Amino acid sequence: MAKPDISRVTLVGAGVAGLTIATELVSRGIIPQIIDRAPEPGPQSCSWWAGGMLAPYCESESAEEPVVRLGSKAADWWQKHTQLVHRKGTLVLAMPRDRAELRRFAQLTSAFQPVNEAQINALEPDLENRFTQGLYYADEAHLAPRHAIQTLRQQLAEKGVHFMVDDADIAALATEGTVIDCRGTKARPDVHGLRGVKGEMLILKCPELQFQRPIRLLHPRIPLYIVPRGDGVFMLGATQIESEASSHPTVRSVMALLNAAYAISPCFAEADILEIGVDSRPAFSNNLPQIHRCGNVIRANGLYRHGFLLAPALAEMVANYLIHNEEPEWLTINPES
Amino acid sequence: MTKTFYGTSLSSPLMLGTAQYPSPAILADAFARSKASVATVSLRREASTNKAGQDFWQLVQSLNVKILPNTAGCHSVKEAVTTAHMAREVFNTSWIKLEVIGEEDTLQPDIFGLVDAARILIEDGFQVFPYTTEDLVVADKLVSLGCEVLMPWGAPIGSGMGLNNVFGLRALRAHFPEIPLVIDAGLGLPSQAAQAMELGMDAILLNTAVAKAGNPAQMAEAFAKAIDAGQLAASAVPMEPRDLACPSTPLFGQAELS
Repeated sequence: MAKPDISRVTLVGAGVAGLTIATELVSRGIIPQIIDRAPEPGPQSCSWWAGGMLAPYCESESAEEPVVRLGSKAADWWQKHTQLVHRKGTLVLAMPRDRAELRRFAQLTSAFQPVNEAQINALEPDLENRFTQGLYYADEAHLAPRHAIQTLRQQLAEKGVHFMVDDADIAALATEGTVIDCRGTKARPDVHGLRGVKGEMLILKCPELQFQRPIRLLHPRIPLYIVPRGDGVFMLGATQIESEASSHPTVRSVMALLNAAYAISPCFAEADILEIGVDSRPAFSNNLPQIHRCGNVIRANGLYRHGFLLAPALAEMVANYLIHNEEPEWLTINPES
Repeated sequence: MTKTFYGTSLSSPLMLGTAQYPSPAILADAFARSKASVATVSLRREASTNKAGQDFWQLVQSLNVKILPNTAGCHSVKEAVTTAHMAREVFNTSWIKLEVIGEEDTLQPDIFGLVDAARILIEDGFQVFPYTTEDLVVADKLVSLGCEVLMPWGAPIGSGMGLNNVFGLRALRAHFPEIPLVIDAGLGLPSQAAQAMELGMDAILLNTAVAKAGNPAQMAEAFAKAIDAGQLAASAVPMEPRDLACPSTPLFGQAELS
C-alpha cells in the first residue's frame, strides 16, 4: 500500500493513544490537528479512569509477551515527556490464607524479589505488619494519568497542535489527508473484532495513610490494586467484566473493591469516596493493540487495560510507519470490517 | 454405554467454563485443544441482556459447542430462579446448571435451596443440572423431582483439591447407576479428572484449573487426554486391589541358580 500522506494529519480522539501518537509525530516534525468530542480531558474517556501503573512485569501474569517487552520502555517515555513518573516499584501482597495466589503470581511473572514482613514494613510502614509475605517488583513505576494527559495536551498546544471540538467525519477527513483514528471503544462500529471490557474503579481520600507505590492485593475472587496519587488520594481498581455496558458501576463491584481495600488497611473505613468511575476498555481478542490501515485511515486501538503502559510503543510504531514506512508488528492492512 | 444428558449425546465428556481466561483468544484456544463439548456461561458476570456482553456471547457461540448457562453466584432460590429464566431467554436453551450457594467461604451448595429451586424450575420446563454435594439423600430428592443429571462437587469451587470424598462419590455412583454424573468443581490436575472417570463418572466440568493455568490451552489438552485415559480405563474393567502381593510371573519352575 502507498506511503501515507503526511502533509496533513488529523488525529481523532484525545485520549492516551491520540496524545502519545501526536507527541511522537511532533518530535518527528509533523504537526497534526486533533479532533475530540470533548473540549478537555474528562470522564468520557478511558484514560481518565486509568490506574497509571507502569507495571509490565506484574501484567505478564495474564498478558502476552509484547506487554513486557514493549511496556518496559514506558516509564522512560513518560518521564521524558512529562517528568511525572514515580519509580518506586510495585508491592504485591496476599492475605495469609491466599498464599497460593502469591506462589502462582511468582511463577507467572519475573523481575521481582520475595519480601518478608520486615521488608514489607520497610517499604510501606503504614501497612503496620499486616502482611508477612509479598513480592516486590523494583523496576516498575507509576504516574498520575490525568496529570500526564493534561501535560501532554499543554505541550502539544505549545508546539502548535490545534485542538478542535467536533464529532469528526472520518470519511470526509480522509479525502484531504491522513486520519489516525484513536477513538477507543467509540470506534467499535468501524473496527473489526474490537470489544469493550467494563471496568469499575474508585477514588478515595484517606489522609492518614501514606503509601509510596502501587500495592496489588492478590485474591482468588477479588484482585485489587491501590495506586497512591499523593495528598492522601488513592485510586482503587479495577473490575474486569466482559460487557460493554459502561453506564453504571454495580453495588457488587464497589463492595468487592472496598472490601479488598479494607483488607489492606482498616484506615480505609474512614476514607472519603471522592469518585466512583466506570468505563469500557477497548480490546481485541488477544488483548493486545492493533494498527489497522484502510487507505488514508489508520486506526490505532485495543490498548485494553494497558493504556499508559503500551501507548508509547503504539505511538512510536504509528509514527515510524507514517514517516519511515516501517511496518509495525501490530499492523493489519485492510482488515475485514 | 454412554449416557445422554436430557436426551443429548455429548461428543466429549468435558464441559469447560468460560470465566477467568487471560483473553478471549486464549479461551478459544483452550476450547479447541480441550475438545470440550459443552461451555458453561455465567449470566451474572458476563451479562448478556440487551447490549451488554454481546461480543462475549458471540465468542461463546463461535466455539460451536452446546451452551450450559449457570446460575453461578446466586445465593437464594428467588435469585437462582430469576437468573435461570433470564438465561433461558438469552441463550435459547432449557438447560440450566443450577447453583444455589449456601456458604461464602466454601461456596458449597445450599442443598435446601437447591431442592426448592430445582422443583420450581422443573415445573417451569427447565432441564436442570444441579450442582450438589455427594449426599445421597439430596441426590435422591433431586432425582425424584425430575433431575436427569447430577453434578456432585469434587471439592470446593476453584480450590483445585481434587476428589475430597472418593467414598461418597463411589456410593453416589453405585446408587444412581443410570443417572449421568458430572464432577463439577474442585479439580486442579488432569490426574484428578482421570481418577473421576475411573470411578465411573460420566463427565467433568472444569474452569479455574484451565483458565488460571500459566498456559490454559496446554492445560486444557492435558485434561482432555487424562479424561480419555480415565474413561478408557473405566471401560477396560480395572483389576481389583488386594492386600497381598500377587507375582506377575509364576514362581513355579524358576531356575535354581545357587
